[in-house]
Amino acid sequence: MTAAQPNGRSERPASAVAILSAAAPPVLEVRDLKTQFFTDEGIVHAVDGVSFSVAAGETLGIVGESGSGKSVTALSLMRLLEEPSRITGGEIRFQGRDVMAMTPGELRALRGGGIAMVFQDPMTSLNPVLRIARQLVETMVVHGRYTADAAAERAVKLLGRMGITAPERAIHSYPHQFSGGMRQRVALAIGMSNDPALLLADEPTTALDVTIQAQILDLLRELNRDFGTAIVLISHDLGVIAGVCARVIVMYAGEVVEEGPAEALLSDPRHPYSWALINAVPRIDRGALEGKRLTTIEGAPPDPLAHAAGCRFAERCPFRIAKCVEHPPLAEVAPGRRARCWVTQAGGSLVGPRAEDALAAEAKAEAKPFDHGVEATLARGERLLEARGVVKHFPLPRAGLFGPTRVVRAVDGVDFDVAQGETVGLVGESGCGKSTLARVLVRIHRPDAGSIRLAGQEIAQSQPSAIRPLRRRMQMVFQDPYASLNPRMTVGQILGEPLVFHRITKGARETSAHVDELLNVVGLSPKAAQRYPHEFSGGQRQRISIARALAVRPDFIVADEPISALDVNIQAQIINLLIDLQERYGLAYLFIAHDLAVVRHISERIVVLYLGKVAEIAPAAALFESPLHPYTRHLISAVPIPDAAIESRRQHLQLAGEPPSAIDPPSGCRFRTRCPLAQPICTEVAPPLAEHRPGHFAACHFAGQF
Amino acid sequence: MTATAARPALAAASVPLPASRRRRWLRRYGLASLGAAIILAWILVALLAPLILPYLPDTVEVTKRLQPPEAAHWLGTDALGRDDLTRLLYGARISLSTGFIVVVVGAVFGTLLGGIAAYARGAVEELIMRATDLVLCFPPIILALAIAAALGIGTTNTIIAMLVVWWPKFARLARSLVLVQRSHEYVEAATVVGLTPARILLRHIIPNAIGPLVVLVTLDVGNAIITFAGLSFLGLGVVPPTPEWGSMVAEGRELVEQWWVAAFPGLAILTVVLGFNFLGDGIRDWLDPKARRR
Amino acid sequence: MWERYFVFLKGLVHGDLGISIASQRPVLDDIEQFAPATLELASVGFLLALVVGIPLGIIAAVRRDSWIDHLARLVSLVGVSSPTFWLAFIMLALFYGGLQVAPGPGRLDPIAFPPPTVTGLYLVDTALAGDWAAFRDALAHLILPSLVLAAATLGLLTRTTRASMLESMQQDYVRMARAKGLSEWRVILGHVLPNALIPVVTLGGLAYANLLTGAVMTETVFSWPGLGRYTFTSAAALDFPAIMGITLIVAVTYLVINLLIDISYALMDPRVVR
Repeated sequence: MTAAQPNGRSERPASAVAILSAAAPPVLEVRDLKTQFFTDEGIVHAVDGVSFSVAAGETLGIVGESGSGKSVTALSLMRLLEEPSRITGGEIRFQGRDVMAMTPGELRALRGGGIAMVFQDPMTSLNPVLRIARQLVETMVVHGRYTADAAAERAVKLLGRMGITAPERAIHSYPHQFSGGMRQRVALAIGMSNDPALLLADEPTTALDVTIQAQILDLLRELNRDFGTAIVLISHDLGVIAGVCARVIVMYAGEVVEEGPAEALLSDPRHPYSWALINAVPRIDRGALEGKRLTTIEGAPPDPLAHAAGCRFAERCPFRIAKCVEHPPLAEVAPGRRARCWVTQAGGSLVGPRAEDALAAEAKAEAKPFDHGVEATLARGERLLEARGVVKHFPLPRAGLFGPTRVVRAVDGVDFDVAQGETVGLVGESGCGKSTLARVLVRIHRPDAGSIRLAGQEIAQSQPSAIRPLRRRMQMVFQDPYASLNPRMTVGQILGEPLVFHRITKGARETSAHVDELLNVVGLSPKAAQRYPHEFSGGQRQRISIARALAVRPDFIVADEPISALDVNIQAQIINLLIDLQERYGLAYLFIAHDLAVVRHISERIVVLYLGKVAEIAPAAALFESPLHPYTRHLISAVPIPDAAIESRRQHLQLAGEPPSAIDPPSGCRFRTRCPLAQPICTEVAPPLAEHRPGHFAACHFAGQF
Repeated sequence: MTATAARPALAAASVPLPASRRRRWLRRYGLASLGAAIILAWILVALLAPLILPYLPDTVEVTKRLQPPEAAHWLGTDALGRDDLTRLLYGARISLSTGFIVVVVGAVFGTLLGGIAAYARGAVEELIMRATDLVLCFPPIILALAIAAALGIGTTNTIIAMLVVWWPKFARLARSLVLVQRSHEYVEAATVVGLTPARILLRHIIPNAIGPLVVLVTLDVGNAIITFAGLSFLGLGVVPPTPEWGSMVAEGRELVEQWWVAAFPGLAILTVVLGFNFLGDGIRDWLDPKARRR
Repeated sequence: MWERYFVFLKGLVHGDLGISIASQRPVLDDIEQFAPATLELASVGFLLALVVGIPLGIIAAVRRDSWIDHLARLVSLVGVSSPTFWLAFIMLALFYGGLQVAPGPGRLDPIAFPPPTVTGLYLVDTALAGDWAAFRDALAHLILPSLVLAAATLGLLTRTTRASMLESMQQDYVRMARAKGLSEWRVILGHVLPNALIPVVTLGGLAYANLLTGAVMTETVFSWPGLGRYTFTSAAALDFPAIMGITLIVAVTYLVINLLIDISYALMDPRVVR
């Protein structure tokens, strides 16, 4: 089941939009929308006076972090909110008709008819026990435009149009038989089935891999171009917005804070929050040369129960002036652009404090490695971790009594090194085995084969008791900030436990003092020690996790997607923290992520994994400037850049098809089923990981030949 | 189009005020508190029975047999002239205590086995799980019946019979809880820190797994009370003339005219079990992570 | 005692369940005689519980916190908390003894003749024989005991259905269904229900166990000549062969029911690996 052409070009239909918008009334007009939640603790003003409009055939992006109100806005548009939330004010007009005044019957006709919506997680938004055919056909039949038979035929055509191969067969399947990308295509087919004038997409690619995301974004552009459907795309990812949308609005604390054409806004933001977002995001086309620390602003979005009287961003704003105690209106700051900021409305520009300079000045001290008192510390640059031929398979329950035993070959022969004080990035998409590899390296799981040497000692097959003393040198930070802390222990207990267990401190007072110091190092107050994890935000919990990892004074920290679950600005804060800690303590990191831009920013060397094997290892700059493996090249090309001008000129290399199964991987080179360079030799011989240039390894028979 | 009538969606000018803290608490935990109160009341009354009642449960007065409820005998008398209220309150002792004992002992034993199965895995787990499967093959009361009949009448024998039937469900639950916990990231984190398996089990897994177990125990005491009463009703269980709710209903089973003999003991069972159900539901809601603020 | 057990096992291998001490007949014959009465009662009781319990649970979930929701929860709570033997007595005392609207214990009036035995199920046999007076008589006698039997199972079904519906209604696919423009009832019945019923089906085993337990109590109180009462009399008389025989039969049917439930679960949930 593959997607469309391999090398699609993407262009924004600027001329088409201009013609359309001049002729027709706006498809959507929102004026002063207010939506509130009535909770036990009080009224939450989720959407607080939002206005925007969408012209026919236009693409609009809504950017914001969690709590900004963007998703609630989208749900409000079709009145899909449930108690205890309610629209309490404002006007919504679809093609001139008042949505708030519609009867239930008219509303049902609108939903899925004039306006369609696609949600974030296609696994949960499709009904797991109903066939795809049923879910597609019912939406067409209910709107009365097709009979059941005509709808069935059209459904097959729609699936084909959305890029699903063999749609006549696929249509009788169930959602769980599809991959994430395919499910989202099905969701889009459902959305487009009644030729809506407007498509609302709420984070449609957030749950997908980068290469699949690129395919879906391409599809969205096609739909807009070929059918003239207006699209409102909601995302926290500026790159995604830049690639699809002509205009952007930025939301913060329930309000629109900036509005304008994508190109102008992303290159020259006129609101401090937009500025912070844009500067907090690492970019794949800029290396770590820009300065090691990302611009971040302290703090977190305000409490939605009690908004400040003046500008809601003021307390975190580095450009704050005296006038900001008054609530600014959304006013024009340039032709076609509006911003809710006194500074820019008065003509000022946002060239401000460069946070990285301040921090850099502070932390220029020499890196002090921890003193274990047990073994001699390795000098910087010496090999701390050596992995050779690591293999980990997971058995699956047998299908039927006499079926063959199947295994998931999660990690199937991985070699790499991490040197003292170095940051190695590990990237790959879902199913590549990076999480499993992380857990095998820290010996949560035991590898089925291969060798792992930590500071010269072999730990691959050792008993847990033999490894225990070595645990002080290697620690881990996990992905999910909610699940990685024991909810029944206080922060003080969580941090104190490793201290007491490894006898780093003796007695309650010494432990408590050490805990306070740890909290301080990660940027939390000592008062946090008495509180429970659920009282903290996601970013704060990750800091606690990092503090726990630091407690035993390790040389090496494996960070398994430590920031994926966090908002952009908090991500930047954590990245900065990790960089600080590395400089301070001489830590080595294995930084695992699927976000290539982040990995580029933080790593010195990068390992690319595909389906359980290493595809390429290279220094960061070399990897991005001249990748040798075709997979790496496609991966890099698929990452969206938050710059509309670049995105519109860019040529995305389309990676055909879906990742193969880890249960039955392709013979020879695993990437051959999707590789444009594939030759017969690739089916027969698995390419070895060879050093094609100094320090640059790739596992490909035709490395660099594109 | 500004009149509220033309915009039905906005007609909610009557926005509900957030309920006061007290009313909120009452709505969420009112029933559970009622349940706890009922249980406590019964326990109190059962303990204080000899002190507050003028009669003894065994006092036979044939002249006063089958009297309807009246001033001297609030709940009437039974076929042998014994005061029903007295027998009811003394019966509470037996019913409540047997219910507790069966569930608590069964839970402890079952949880231990289930926890061991989950942690040890392999052959040990197989053995324990097959044993639970074997017992769970039978509907509980039939099996309890068979065993009790084999062992003979008597409170202790009946308790033993019920224990055999009761432990597997706890073993099953405990095992699945531990298995789920093991894959939680904070347990993995504890492994990475280097803690020993025993310590992980004790400090990390058990405190988090114990919630659903407590809920099951609470709800199950009611079940145990009904089952024991049922067995006594059928003639197994207590030895006469020991007062017990189930056997009291059995004695009054044919006395449709003198309904009070059988009605009140059953009513007592109903109230106690309702109490446990209220309390158990309340604990379950309290532990529900969705109710917690994240 | 062990000796008796051994003899029983030996007989089992030959397909012989032993001789009942009380009736001096082969236990198998006893069981054959009493089974139809229990089958009839249990089927009607279960059907009642199903037909009332599941819709009640659905409505309670859809109209959450309304009066019908509170009523449903109350009814199911009381049903689950009442001992069946007591409930049976109360119903009998109230409707037969007190109000005198229901007939007394037994399957038919004491003076009536049972219909010619075809299936052993009186409702079926009287209909086949065309004896409508007897049909009404059998039906009237069925009402109270089947209501009692239904009570506990109904409580279980309603609670579980409601909880499962509430859980399913919070899923994303419900919001998606609404966004497609489907009417509310279409969403509830077409999307939520197929998901919500799955956990309810898996409860079938528990419900069946409930029914058996209830049958023992109910039949005893209503003098219903079925397996339940047979169990009671055997237990009271310490009739070991009979007890063994019953236990075995019950275990076998329980296993069969559980197997059927596993199969239907696999059929209902396409995610299960077949």
